[in-house]
Amino acid sequence: MAFINAHFPPFWRNLPRDLNHCVNYSFELIDIPMNLNLFYSKERNQYHSTLIMAQLIKHLPADGDKIIGITDADIYIPILTFLFGEAQLGGRVALVSTYRLKNQFYGLPADSNLLYERVLKEILHELGHTMGLIHCSDFECVMNSSTYVENIDLKFSRFCKSCQGILGIECEE
Amino acid sequence: MKTSKILIVDDELSVRTSLSEWFLEDGFRVETAESGEDALQKMHGGPYDLILLDIKMPGMDGITLQKRIKEIDSDVVIIIMTAYASVETAVEALKLGAFDYVTKPFDPDDLTRLVRNALKQKDLADENIQLKEKISELSGADEIIGESDGMKRVFELVDTVAETDSTVLIRGESGTGKELVARAIHSRSKRRYFPIVAVNCGAITETLLESELFGHEKGAFTGAQYRRKGKIELANGGTLFLDEVGDITAKMQVDLLRVIENKRFTRVGGNEEIQVDFRLICATNKNLEKLVEEEKFREDLYYRINVFSIFIPPLRERKSDIMPLTNYFVKKYARSMGKPEKKISPTAQEMLLGYSWPGNVRELENAVERAMVVGKKSEITEADLPLHLNGDGHASENLIKLDDLEKEHIKKILEEAGGNVTRAAALLGIDRVTLYNKIKKYGLKR
Repeated sequence: MAFINAHFPPFWRNLPRDLNHCVNYSFELIDIPMNLNLFYSKERNQYHSTLIMAQLIKHLPADGDKIIGITDADIYIPILTFLFGEAQLGGRVALVSTYRLKNQFYGLPADSNLLYERVLKEILHELGHTMGLIHCSDFECVMNSSTYVENIDLKFSRFCKSCQGILGIECEE
Repeated sequence: MKTSKILIVDDELSVRTSLSEWFLEDGFRVETAESGEDALQKMHGGPYDLILLDIKMPGMDGITLQKRIKEIDSDVVIIIMTAYASVETAVEALKLGAFDYVTKPFDPDDLTRLVRNALKQKDLADENIQLKEKISELSGADEIIGESDGMKRVFELVDTVAETDSTVLIRGESGTGKELVARAIHSRSKRRYFPIVAVNCGAITETLLESELFGHEKGAFTGAQYRRKGKIELANGGTLFLDEVGDITAKMQVDLLRVIENKRFTRVGGNEEIQVDFRLICATNKNLEKLVEEEKFREDLYYRINVFSIFIPPLRERKSDIMPLTNYFVKKYARSMGKPEKKISPTAQEMLLGYSWPGNVRELENAVERAMVVGKKSEITEADLPLHLNGDGHASENLIKLDDLEKEHIKKILEEAGGNVTRAAALLGIDRVTLYNKIKKYGLKR
């Protein structure tokens, strides 16, 4: 799990622990400095997500299986106005942006616990994609597609039974 | 559940890649094309549910491409993507049948909603076609009427086989109601909410039958201007009824065997395999065993279709069904013609029961329909029945008594002979005494 250029709150170091109920990976936490200006679009005032992921995968340790980056930059892909996160379907790399997960973006007071929950869910969602999962129609499943931040809040930070079945895992209650 | 297939047409690699990933994560099957020409090429490969089309591309532009795509597949849903909020171009695209247009870059929620709505509309349109097919099947449906032991046995077999998914072979002479039995099986089966699609294999040429059964791609042959779904595809989920299966050619027998075994086929001129799920019911009036022996019908196909056999006896072997059937048809045509129901006169009943009905129930129905049209009285009389029933050797001899016939004939000859008994006897080839006796017997005047 790679924190990109950011000084995230210390308690975010608990993310791997809070993912363990559904993901049977041992996480290594790394901090990555990255020159995001290389991926900056002046017209859009955003950062190209796919290009960041291409850079990110270079930081995957030799014994690592997957890498997921966390950035506070506002990310995009050319065809969409914004993204909460991006992943290679069935691949090794994923990226989550906290930019639009923050309450302040929507003119609301900051809520660090809510932000943590959202980040946790988005990480699990993108990791699900790297494990081959597609979007799920169960609105409470973490693999449900979220195009609004409110959708994320409706979801649980866990895979539904059907997605668990596809992965061959059982999330702990 | 069906996975929708999407084609993304855009000259920019980054657009194709990112949209592709977006839709793959949503569980769609996705293909991409970098130009209009590439897209048209891909169109011949397989049907798409939705096409996202960039309006501005080098070479063939989006509007031209949209027209060409609609020529190939008028059912496909097209969403136009444009980098410019050009209202004129978008309106032109909509006039040409595009579902909607979006301006790049899209809001993820807009894109999701748009695609979902477009596919929902397509599903509804597809469902509408299936329901129309179903209605046309239902509105044409007749009841099976029969009180004879032979028909009771048929009903038992129908009930037994209906709930299974077995292939059924219905045998019987022409006009015995094989299609009605097929429909009865379908309507009692678990597939009853899907269509039963009937194909008369004997009525059309091999080439037409192939296209009728398997459908075709645009340009597959002269006159194939549009992609067309075949009967097999339309029967998906339901029942395929192949009437006169004994009449199909050797090539069609091979093709049919393949689709029965694999439940997969390709449209004529296409190369994408389409998976289907249908129950097969076949019917024939031919002696299939004899055809197999003469090597005119494939043995492997014979065993494939002859899993459960139902024989419908000819009408002449179940006379007790004639009057119930007649009354049923009288009611049916009275209703459709807006006429009062008619009774059948005793003589007409005698005539109906005495006839051998080589055309079986279909011939009886035609006879009743004709009688309902021509009959002026409140009951159907022998005069309302088709003439050939009177002249047919199978009709009852009792209907016109020999004495009546003789009386009429003698009367006619006497008239011709001007009342001269000697001349009339000579014309009749009998002696004068005999003629005198007959004149007396019949009370004729000279």
